[in-house]
Amino acid sequence: MAQVKLNAVRKTYPNGFEAVKPASFDIADGEFVVLVGPSGCGKSTMLRMIAGLEDISAGELSIGDSVVNHVDPADRDIAMVFQNYALYPHMTVRKNIGYGLKNRKIPSAEIDAKVAEAANMLNLNDYLDRKASQLSGGQRQRVAMGRAIVRDPALFLFDEPLSNLDAKLRNQMRIEIKALQRRLGVTAVYVTHDQVEAMTMADRIIVMNGGVIEQIGTPSEVYHSPASTFVASFMGAPPMNLFDGHANGSEVHVGSTPLHRHAHQGKVTVGIRPEDIVPDVTGPLAIHVNIIEELGAHRLLHGHTAEQPVTIHVAKDYPAAIGPMTASIKPDAVSLFDTATGRRL
Amino acid sequence: MKRAGFSDRWLPVLFLLPQLTIIVIFFYWPAAHAVRSSFFLQDPFGFGETFVGIKNYTMLLDSASYLRAAWFTVIFVTLVTFLSLAIALLLAVKADKVIRGAKTYRTLLMWVYAVAPPVAGVIGLVLFDQSWGPIKDFVAQFGWDFRLGVNYFDTAFTLVVMSVWKQLPVNFIFFLSGLQSIPRSVREAALIDNRSAAGRFWDVTFPLLAPTGFFLLIINITYALFDTFGIFDTTFKGEPGNNPMTLVYKVYLDGFRGNDLGGSSAQSVILMVLVLALTIFQFRMVERRIHYT
Ligand SMILES: Nc1ncnc2c1ncn2[C@@H]1O[C@H](COP(=O)(O)OP(=O)(O)OP(=O)(O)O)[C@@H](O)[C@H]1O
Ligand SMILES: [Mg+2]
Repeated sequence: MAQVKLNAVRKTYPNGFEAVKPASFDIADGEFVVLVGPSGCGKSTMLRMIAGLEDISAGELSIGDSVVNHVDPADRDIAMVFQNYALYPHMTVRKNIGYGLKNRKIPSAEIDAKVAEAANMLNLNDYLDRKASQLSGGQRQRVAMGRAIVRDPALFLFDEPLSNLDAKLRNQMRIEIKALQRRLGVTAVYVTHDQVEAMTMADRIIVMNGGVIEQIGTPSEVYHSPASTFVASFMGAPPMNLFDGHANGSEVHVGSTPLHRHAHQGKVTVGIRPEDIVPDVTGPLAIHVNIIEELGAHRLLHGHTAEQPVTIHVAKDYPAAIGPMTASIKPDAVSLFDTATGRRL
Repeated sequence: MKRAGFSDRWLPVLFLLPQLTIIVIFFYWPAAHAVRSSFFLQDPFGFGETFVGIKNYTMLLDSASYLRAAWFTVIFVTLVTFLSLAIALLLAVKADKVIRGAKTYRTLLMWVYAVAPPVAGVIGLVLFDQSWGPIKDFVAQFGWDFRLGVNYFDTAFTLVVMSVWKQLPVNFIFFLSGLQSIPRSVREAALIDNRSAAGRFWDVTFPLLAPTGFFLLIINITYALFDTFGIFDTTFKGEPGNNPMTLVYKVYLDGFRGNDLGGSSAQSVILMVLVLALTIFQFRMVERRIHYT
């Protein structure tokens, strides 16, 4: 178990592409941190630098109390689960799980005991003597998990470990991984581009975009107080509504509707979560509903205000209808962003 | 796999006919002929033949020069196969690690592949030549009085070196592509699991290369047995004398130079049986082999 510190860590690939711009953050001992962002934003690069699979171009990385920039992956006391599991296809499940231990000069009786324990935990007992190439995707995923947990490392690294599983298995494994990490108390860095995984698993989320960290915060902070319009539209399904607004120094208007009090002056982007817009016959916001999306537990209404698109989240018993309606906005539910920079005001 | 159906049952036969004709004319017919003549004593001037049963075979097994060639063949094939596989694997592993200038490096290593066998033989001769070869002068500095074509060991040495050199690029290309088909993440997982590079090689890389390696093993044995003929022929310049030779070269020598067609046929039949055994072994192994996916 260990804390991880990144100090201005940066990655420039040999072709000159800067995949990760200088990034600094700390991960506390036992914390579950999720790196999330769109494809190509540098999540894997960041994780692979922590693992030691990719050189760090500049900056300093420490795991525990020591700087590990130039320490071999095998000596960093980490365990990694890869997206395609990266099992050794010619080895049995038992050997796959035990391989890392065998190379750490652990007595074979102890290896057997640990492998048996991990297999129990992951329901792999029936497959221990099968070749890894003869397993289903879900079973491979478990073996990859087993390989990571037997090592009892200081740090777990996950690179989209669930993205090759079907939706049901993914939901189940998501909960299991989180529970396992809690139980073992091992620090974890988890890469995903799935914002649901990020929200549900993380103690803290790091949102990346184009090699830059946009925001670091708890799931609730990231969701309710996004640091930028990028985070606002990336996190949450459906994403936050973003309206072009205007601030006159005391009030913020969208179209002619005053929505919020703020001392800023000039063009702003107004962000409101779909569930923070509530149908209200006396509400100030006039909306025209075009599409009703039935999701069972609730409904989404897609439409537009005077000139801008909007999505509203309503309860399943709300009598939704296509056509005009009015709504009000929950107090304190408005995020304001500088239109020019996209940063939160 | 999709099965295409032919409505007419003779149509596929028609398509196969050219290939079958070639196989029958150039392979089965001569093979059958060789089997037949191995039981006859041929008149050297073509004036008839006498049935002698298995006498051609028993004579072979009693012949010191045949047993000597057989023994040399075993050693030669083993050495050539082992060395060309081992060196090619080493080169491939090194080339696989090269990141900067990888393309140039690999192209340079593959160039030898484009050299035709007789040309390779000639280049080898130039290098090892008795009167003006640089290698002879070089080893002379270490007190090795190198005599190609005169000294049995020196000649054998040259033949092995040239045969290995000629086969390296093929093995190299196969090993390199084998290495590159090992998923990157599997190697990275090994990088985390095992700090020793040698350990990673033997535990992960080598077993995953085994299918490639096995295929190459068969190819190399066949090469060392049969395709080295040109190298022998160029080296001997038509005067084999007492030099080391493989069984394949001896078939040619006894049959065409010695005019012993019966004995030479018997030798060919023995070689055929050998190839058959090798092929059966290969099929057995391929069937049993696990396919990694
Ligand atoms: N070896 C490399 N050389 C040059 N550029 C690279 C290299 N590897 C990755 N990149 C680039 O770096 C950027 C970040 O890549 P990375 O794999 O970290 O993305 P990611 O966030 O993990 O994306 P995904 O969700 O698709 O896995 C991408 O634009 C990619 O094209
Ligand atoms: Mg990635």
